[in-house]
Amino acid sequence: MSLKLALPKGDLQSQTAAFLDKAGFAYEHYHESSRSYRPKSETFPGLFTKVFHEKDIAIQVAVGNYDVAICGLDWIKELLTKYQSDAVVKVRDLGYGQRDLYLVTSRFSDLHSVEDVKAREGVVRIVTEYPNLAEAFALKRRLRNFRIMPVWGATDAYPPEHADLSLVAAGSDEELRSKDLIPIARILSSNAWLIANKNSMEQKDISSLLTPFCGTEPVPAAEDEISVSSINTEEKFESSLFSDGTVALALADGHQQSHTSKFLKNAGIKTKGYRDPPPTRRPIVEMDGVSAKIIRPQDMPMQVANGNFDLAITGRDWLRNQLHQFPSSPVEGIIDLGFGWVRIVVAVHNDMPVETTADLKKLLETDKIPGLRIAAEYTNIADKYARDNHLSPYKVIPTWGASEAFLPEDADVLIENTETGRTLAKNNLKIIETLFESTGCLIANSTSLTDPNKSGRMNTLIDKIKQGMSSE
Amino acid sequence: MKIPRCKGAKDLTSQEMNRFRHTENVFRSCCSSWGYGEIRTPTLEYLHLFTSAGTLSPEMLGRVYSFLDWDGWSGERVVLRPDGTIPAARLYVENIPDKPLARLYYVENMFSFEGTGEQSRERWQCGVELIGGAEPDGDAELIMLALEIMGKLGISPVNLELSHMGFLKALAHDLGLGGEESFQNLKQILTNDTALDTLKKPQEVKRFLKMLSDLKGKKAGFLDNLKGMLPEDLSATKPYLDNMVRITGLLDSIEQEYWIGFTPAESFEYYTGMVFRFYSSGRLLGQGGRYDELIPLVGGKDIPASGFALSMDNITPLVKVPEKAKRILLTAESPEAEGSQDIFQVAAQLRRQGYILEMDMGTGSSSAPLEDRWLVTLKETGETPLLQLVDKKTGAERKDITPDELLSHLSSL
Repeated sequence: MSLKLALPKGDLQSQTAAFLDKAGFAYEHYHESSRSYRPKSETFPGLFTKVFHEKDIAIQVAVGNYDVAICGLDWIKELLTKYQSDAVVKVRDLGYGQRDLYLVTSRFSDLHSVEDVKAREGVVRIVTEYPNLAEAFALKRRLRNFRIMPVWGATDAYPPEHADLSLVAAGSDEELRSKDLIPIARILSSNAWLIANKNSMEQKDISSLLTPFCGTEPVPAAEDEISVSSINTEEKFESSLFSDGTVALALADGHQQSHTSKFLKNAGIKTKGYRDPPPTRRPIVEMDGVSAKIIRPQDMPMQVANGNFDLAITGRDWLRNQLHQFPSSPVEGIIDLGFGWVRIVVAVHNDMPVETTADLKKLLETDKIPGLRIAAEYTNIADKYARDNHLSPYKVIPTWGASEAFLPEDADVLIENTETGRTLAKNNLKIIETLFESTGCLIANSTSLTDPNKSGRMNTLIDKIKQGMSSE
Repeated sequence: MKIPRCKGAKDLTSQEMNRFRHTENVFRSCCSSWGYGEIRTPTLEYLHLFTSAGTLSPEMLGRVYSFLDWDGWSGERVVLRPDGTIPAARLYVENIPDKPLARLYYVENMFSFEGTGEQSRERWQCGVELIGGAEPDGDAELIMLALEIMGKLGISPVNLELSHMGFLKALAHDLGLGGEESFQNLKQILTNDTALDTLKKPQEVKRFLKMLSDLKGKKAGFLDNLKGMLPEDLSATKPYLDNMVRITGLLDSIEQEYWIGFTPAESFEYYTGMVFRFYSSGRLLGQGGRYDELIPLVGGKDIPASGFALSMDNITPLVKVPEKAKRILLTAESPEAEGSQDIFQVAAQLRRQGYILEMDMGTGSSSAPLEDRWLVTLKETGETPLLQLVDKKTGAERKDITPDELLSHLSSL
């Protein structure tokens, strides 16, 4: 009987690799620079191992795709707080990968404690990558009116202008203070944990997989329950740096950053701190009345629609993903900027006997597969694709990166962007349909475009960007 | 491919719907005769209606169905209504805020997640809200109305349990159980001897608490006894005991039986005064109480209010539906007679006389075979069609009778 183990990529990967090495797993292709999604253990040749983004691991164990996994307690709690499943058994605290979840305000915020948050008249906006834990906090502390803003990342960029609070993971208070954030409560203390699927524990012999972990040095258990411990802070709070009427521009981090930076330079829009050190979330745009922040391109359409930002440079793909979920969002694409060209494609494993979407439909109609599992970061595009093509029944599996690793074991279809198709091919996947093409795109809040306090400066910026286009 | 219903969802068959509709009809009729008017609130409400009231427990709010609507880009979440009282309070504030007295009732479904999927996640309630009705008359009216409804539904016996949320809140405060978990802590003390033993309070306070958890009062005199033994440390609770004495005195005067228990009610923290629950055969049929702070909490004026809700899920299995008009299954002996004008005329004639008549469509069976009293077969068509009648209850038969003879015979039975 083959056993299946899920391992994390990202923050925990190097420590997990060292831990597994010590536990005698002898993985050849599981280390920080490795790009393999299916590393093999020399000690356990029959063991199937897959590498996932940490956010995806607990759900993979809960649904029974993997017998055992290593994952941060924060992501386990994020799943189980909302979906109270007993399918995930917490086996043991592995004693490394320590990080805490803090509720933070900005140094420039007028909220200085949890009591201030509770006493707040009006909406309290909490931005986070952990929406379920943030909601649990809000309910536990009985906040009267709150909104949780789930984001892909860059949570530290939002307070105080674009969110009142942020729920973030950090190694220490100091790490947060260095980003002008002030922790006011610790929600959870998290370590890497060994978890197992309940059915696997009850019905399979997985002892060979568990024993190496139990043989390692025992460690004190980290706090494993959600608690809200207020942190007294005497930090000096300052008034906000932003003022009303400023045109707020969102610039992308990640791999789109170099394209955007080059484009702005060509358009004659000077920036400081966007690509050059020291790293900051608040680069300077040398235009009167324009302020910028660096956030994730995936989050921009929502952040422009909700009025947090007036303009943003993101991808047409993410705008479309937003409009599929919220068709009447007050956000519109102004100009396609020409850089960052990708195709959004539908891909399947080479072993799947289909060449087109119509073939997929036939496969479902003849009951050759019980249902379609569609993995995608673009969940709304995936949903629309399945609906429009009458692919029934189907499930969309949201992913947070490394999506191509899901096929063929944990998903049947992938909706993904690709420039050359090489990564897909390398993972033994074939493209069966191109949904659309996407490039970098300037998007704007429709209401701001008609706001007399902002429209002049917005149009100046848009004109400069258009000039940049023609000079390309 | 067979597609099952959603986990935690429930189908209601025709027979169950018969009981459901009968319950609704009795409920509506009783409420109307007491001067109440029907309302219907939307299935979707903003989440912050329920969080801003601050009156549903975090556990209950953690089980609501909430999501971003198609225009939810601002992050504003909507919920499938988890409770009927708070939307009714909102409706009052939004539509009839100046009415000094509003008697409202509703039949609505509530949604709340339940993990096992064994219980229904959609619960139907018959709810009543009396806004502007002061105690003790308002509380007494609601109790009498609920008992009348259940009496007319044929549910007997119905046991009435009384408690007082104002008293319990004052008790928690006097015991120093402040904070967000105070209610859970008080429940522990009143239901768990070990928790009571470890409480750091004088012995007379512990003895008093033990009495609250052990004794079930059945007359207003019980409350007077409690007042007589009330420790000084718990003196803030006295006005609430006085209040309860007034209401129970009224119930005593109309010889309404009840028992008094002091276990905090689950989840609904909006109650401020008397709380009442109705049981039959150990099943909770409904509950209600006074919530004088709710209307101001959802933005209205300071006005007293109280209400109750009956659980359709728990009530309908106990309901006895009175026998309806007799059912007849009409069939034809030959395929020619099946589609003939005669069979439709006979059917119309019988329906006009008040019978429930179903045609078998050539299947030989009806949609409710157990409820059919008679089987009528069209044997011959023509100027005077001939019929055969079989009484399914007795097995008696009449052959070759005309439609007029059939009607005459049926009316003589």
